[in-house]
Amino acid sequence: MRDDAARLLLVDDNRVNRLLLARQLGQLGHQTELAENGREALRMLRERRYDLLVLDIEMPEMDGFEVLSRMLEDPELRELPVIVTSALEGLANVVRCIELGAEDYLSKPVNPVLLKARIGASLEKKRLRDAQRELVSRFATLEVAQDLERSGFSLGGRRVHGAVLFCDIRGFTGLVETLAPEQVIELLNTYYTLMFDAISGMGGVVNQIIGDGLMAIFGAPLPLEQPAAAAVAAALEMVAMMEQFSREQLAAGLPPLRIGIGIASGDMVAGYTGTQQRATYTCVGDTVNLAARLEAHTKEAGRAILIDAATQLALQGQVPTEALGPVLLKGKAAAVEVYAVLGDR
Amino acid sequence: MNVIDAQIFTELQDSAGADFVAELVQTFLEDAPGLLQTLRQAHMSGDAAGFRRAAHTLKSNGNTFGALHLAELARELEQRGQQPLSTGEADDAELAARLQNLEQAYAHCAAALRSLGHA
Repeated sequence: MRDDAARLLLVDDNRVNRLLLARQLGQLGHQTELAENGREALRMLRERRYDLLVLDIEMPEMDGFEVLSRMLEDPELRELPVIVTSALEGLANVVRCIELGAEDYLSKPVNPVLLKARIGASLEKKRLRDAQRELVSRFATLEVAQDLERSGFSLGGRRVHGAVLFCDIRGFTGLVETLAPEQVIELLNTYYTLMFDAISGMGGVVNQIIGDGLMAIFGAPLPLEQPAAAAVAAALEMVAMMEQFSREQLAAGLPPLRIGIGIASGDMVAGYTGTQQRATYTCVGDTVNLAARLEAHTKEAGRAILIDAATQLALQGQVPTEALGPVLLKGKAAAVEVYAVLGDR
Repeated sequence: MNVIDAQIFTELQDSAGADFVAELVQTFLEDAPGLLQTLRQAHMSGDAAGFRRAAHTLKSNGNTFGALHLAELARELEQRGQQPLSTGEADDAELAARLQNLEQAYAHCAAALRSLGHA
């Protein structure tokens, strides 16, 4: 039932219109409940969850404009898509509805083909929005998810200043060979749970997981006062967690886990990328590449956490670091200053 | 000109089903007299909002069934309801005459819809 049948609320004071629209919506395979005026509709909207509201404008008790205004003020109802169907004339009425957040405006009598298309598009948009919210709530803290909801999920990037963190399990391939697949999955689950906690605890957002590696952003989509310091604090926490976890592993006769972390700070372009069907929050730019290279270099340097010069500068000496000198990283034309974060060994 | 636009009515039957449309017509015939009465009462009590809403509903329903003349008369009254209803005796008399026209148009429309239902 959940797949195609959506739960719709239809509000119209005109009995003929109500019956006809309910019939048309039923023919489209949707479950439709009815209300006779705006006041009744708002009460029903607050009691149950609907996927879409089909709203008349000219109604006694409370008209459609008022319903739209009240919905805008209510965080629980603001996101519900609304299709206005009205016999009201004049462009001003259409504009007013759209300004009040209505998704679409259909003139009465409603053309069934148009109705089908508009309802389909609105429900699809809602499904996408719900899926993104689900994704964000899994990958981000509550604050970040709420901020994203407020600002809307627009595709396209904006320039932000922040820090990028890459993390990887050392010698993961060799480790996998010694374990049963179930054990690998369990190990990864524990690893991710710990890493996510450390990252979101410092205000970061995990936005990508590839195998045993993950990427996190600090400072976007929600600005952080000190993204570099937050990223380094998260990294230290991650390493500490992994050390404790490894001790438990060893005690249970299982292999320990070591991780490498690279952090770079600077400007990047962050935002949603992808298609309308599948979008993900990410950021791109030189800062991101540098963080990935630093993480890869932890193996050769024999250090757990490596940071770039911008990150080191942003720490203002609050966390001890050791200069490893200029290093020619893979894929970089010029050598860059690399620092190891101390207190992690 | 036919009281009911045949093309609109047939399209409605095709998309919603003839049996359903027969029920819908029945609903309209039940509700319309009350709406006409509301218009009269709203006119007398000077309730412009009630007047406008009742005319709006009749307009909308007229368009749904293809009763275009009825819809047009109702539309004019809906527009009229945007302003205060009574501004003098001459105005009152004119409005009363327009209401009578509307009632007449409805009577024709109801007869035509009934005969379509039996056809």
